[in-house]
Amino acid sequence: MLKYANPTNFLALAGRLIPWLAAATALLLTAGLCLTFFVAPDDYQQGSSVKIMYLHVPSAWLSMMCYVIMTSAALGTIVWRHPLADAAQKAAAPLGAVFTLLCLVTGSLWGKPMWGTWWVWDARLTSVLVLFLIYLGLIGLWQTIEEPAQAARAAAILTLVGVVNIPIIKFSVDWWNTLHQPASVFKLGGPAISGSMLWPLLIMAVAFTLLFLTLHLMAVRNEILRRRLRRLSIDAAHAEEKSEATA
Amino acid sequence: MNQAFTLTSLLARGLCVDRGGRTIVKNINFDLRAGEALVALGRNGAGKSTLLRAIAGFLPLSGGQLTHTGGEVEISLPELCHYVGHADGLKSALTAAENLAFWAHMLTRSNDASSPELALQRVGLKRLAEFPVAYLSAGQKRRVALARLFMAPRPLWILDEPATALDVASQQVLAQAFAEHRAAGGMIIAATHAPLGLIDATTLDLGSTPSNLGGNA
Amino acid sequence: MRSPLSALFWRELRIARSVGGGGAMSLVFFLILVSLTPFAIGPDLNLLSRIGPAILWIAALLATLLGLDRLFQVDADDGSLDLLLTASTPLELIVVVKCVAHWIATALPLVIASPLLGLTLAMEPTSLAGISLSLLAGTPALTMLGAIGAALTAGLRRGGLLMAVLILPLTTPVLIFGVSSAAAATGGTVPFHIPMLILSGLSLASLAGAPFAAAAALRARDA
Repeated sequence: MLKYANPTNFLALAGRLIPWLAAATALLLTAGLCLTFFVAPDDYQQGSSVKIMYLHVPSAWLSMMCYVIMTSAALGTIVWRHPLADAAQKAAAPLGAVFTLLCLVTGSLWGKPMWGTWWVWDARLTSVLVLFLIYLGLIGLWQTIEEPAQAARAAAILTLVGVVNIPIIKFSVDWWNTLHQPASVFKLGGPAISGSMLWPLLIMAVAFTLLFLTLHLMAVRNEILRRRLRRLSIDAAHAEEKSEATA
Repeated sequence: MNQAFTLTSLLARGLCVDRGGRTIVKNINFDLRAGEALVALGRNGAGKSTLLRAIAGFLPLSGGQLTHTGGEVEISLPELCHYVGHADGLKSALTAAENLAFWAHMLTRSNDASSPELALQRVGLKRLAEFPVAYLSAGQKRRVALARLFMAPRPLWILDEPATALDVASQQVLAQAFAEHRAAGGMIIAATHAPLGLIDATTLDLGSTPSNLGGNA
Repeated sequence: MRSPLSALFWRELRIARSVGGGGAMSLVFFLILVSLTPFAIGPDLNLLSRIGPAILWIAALLATLLGLDRLFQVDADDGSLDLLLTASTPLELIVVVKCVAHWIATALPLVIASPLLGLTLAMEPTSLAGISLSLLAGTPALTMLGAIGAALTAGLRRGGLLMAVLILPLTTPVLIFGVSSAAAATGGTVPFHIPMLILSGLSLASLAGAPFAAAAALRARDA
């Protein structure tokens, strides 16, 4: 495991993994979408609009999982000061923001036929919106600080502070009486959802997770290469100066 | 070669500049003709930068007159001068060539600006043309700022400590550029602590206290 | 060969997009301001839809002014402002071009995002169209007025808050006619085009007048 913490080894591993992950993602995403549109039943109350769920729920899971990954990477940055952790953190923030936005948009499209409004200010929706804002803030922080190691430490601190929001999102539907429905897949006493809906949902969730992993690996690889390019450029600029001085 | 510029003389008579209610620069006189150079000397706080900024038109004169002869009638003095101050005037997100190309557009009236690559070659930075300025060292940034002098032909160079952060080789390049500019009929006004290699320059001693009178040229 | 003003325009846009340019930050700030209001007054959708135009306008006002305090400050710090003073182009035109580039980089995204945010405030479609149009017509006035404040505080440290104090009182007419045109879109006694025409007039007048004030302030700066 530690062997792959070396950026060079990581690049080699990522290069081998990415095609397989991408293929698996494409396969599962196709299967999941086919199941969603042709196999999964319409809801007796909601009609076909229930199918938004198969995009909405996985992106909601991903929006939180991405933050958890960023939090562990932030610990890696602060405790071990590892460059790979920095890159993993930076690469995850835009992905997390996109999945959160996807979750908000699909939720809004689902809410219009269900609740008669695009948006309500209940605890679940609001806490996910706050998560989205935290992601945007992190992206802003990454873009504003030019020195990568310094940016990583600052972003890690903000990430760790923002993690309080994750349990709030998860349990908001239980703690407060809200319009948003409570958890129905992961709960004590087994899922409260029929098998014909559960299977497509689980397949879509796995497909989204693989999609995230593929994109994340690619983004980490880009970030490592970007850092190397930056370092080489600075070295080249300084070497140029030395060669002129001796000439 | 001589008289590439139409500006023939710059005359200062009794220049005074106030800042914060205090007269920092008092009663400065000089005559500067095409091809001549003026070096302002004095300790820190003697008013060298203030004088240069006033000549460039950034600060109002509280007394005295600054007149120029020659040059097209409608062009004011700030439009005839290149100013290189303590700040380099470069955007760190843009490359050296992009920075220079921008200033060439802003500082020339006609299409006679030279290419950024040629200007950077003169200051020995040709290979760093496509590098963001953020990656350059302080000396390299200063050389990019000085390369601006070659981008747009302007007769009067106003230089505030131009040799700061420059190595010996770059100082020689600068001295040669000064000689060429003067040979072409340009004028130079510089404030400095270090020798700049300006041959036969008139010196203007701003003295140790601001109340001292400036030397006459 | 490019003209000096188009060179300046593209440079400003590139810097706004690059590291720390802050073009996107104004949009995020706008989003945060709008979403904070329901926290403060509660999730009553009827109330929110009634005061939605006011919330969006105040948020747009603050987000525009917040981004503006760096308009001339950065150039003053890195020496570019001195060099612009020696340019062959009049400083007034330079101010206009910088403002136009700044408006495109920061205010235009707010205009485009405002209907989406209006949805979260349960606003009606006609009201959403009204708020977007009124922001489109009114934000140029905010940018131009803000430019005067940015020019006045360009040489100062901690000029940001001072700039807001100087400029916010001047923006009251824009706010009044902006909100009233958004309100007129959903009905009421005043036809929609009257406050819109006044708002456009305010923008045009500030576009014509503010560059002279801002340029005079930049020249008077004791640096």
